[in-house]
Amino acid sequence: MSGPRPVPDADHETITIESNDDVVRARQLVRTLAQRCKLSLVDQTKLVTAASELARNTLVYGGGGVMRTGLVRRDSRVGVTAVFEDSGPGIPDLDLALTDGWTSGGGLGLGLSGARRLVDDFTLDTEVGRGTQVAVTKWAR
Amino acid sequence: MTERVPVLKIGDVLLVSIQVDLEDQTVLDLQDDLAARIVATGASGVVIDITAVEIVDSFVGRMLATTAAISRMLDAETVVVGMRPAVAITLVELGLSLGGVRTALTLEKGLDMLARPDSRPPAKP
Repeated sequence: MSGPRPVPDADHETITIESNDDVVRARQLVRTLAQRCKLSLVDQTKLVTAASELARNTLVYGGGGVMRTGLVRRDSRVGVTAVFEDSGPGIPDLDLALTDGWTSGGGLGLGLSGARRLVDDFTLDTEVGRGTQVAVTKWAR
Repeated sequence: MTERVPVLKIGDVLLVSIQVDLEDQTVLDLQDDLAARIVATGASGVVIDITAVEIVDSFVGRMLATTAAISRMLDAETVVVGMRPAVAITLVELGLSLGGVRTALTLEKGLDMLARPDSRPPAKP
């Protein structure tokens, strides 16, 4: 989690997440980057699954938003980062939202807490009434 | 317009092979289609082949569990076949172990499991 700030490569892509179709596009884009970054098959699967959960959260709970994704470097390591941003209602109780099984909607309550377990770095900024930003990174081993 | 996943009938088993990256609405449609086809055909088993599926997130995982529960109520057993190792690892880490869903490594083993329903104890609820 700590260490120097990851340096993003120049060519990060941004896509809007406004429909179920965009959730599919988001995970396909992250998969392409994970392959380019030469993540192991298990790590690719974990990252793409986390991206799928977070993209759906952006759509369902955030009322839509954007995903920005690309390769990042820190020291000599390369990773894939994906940042999900919405201007939705925000999360009033973060501890609760990160608890397994808790959901404010109709889901299983595993999206946020599960996504956090599947990645190496996870940061979440949220403000009630303003929106939520979740950033995840998976580093090549 | 979302595409629909075809449901095939072989004997008294319904076979679904998921070949595309599933959109959430397609997943929900499949769940409805399967329930309707079980009743229409009187099928006693359902095989869901996920060999080609690269990720199973909590939404698809929940569909698998719900479909197994619905088909059980409609007097049919569900077996999920062909899960990739990376998918299994990710699902467990995500927190979904799909306790009520029967699995088999291959389509052949899945069909075999349905042909001999008493060969295994029932899944725990």
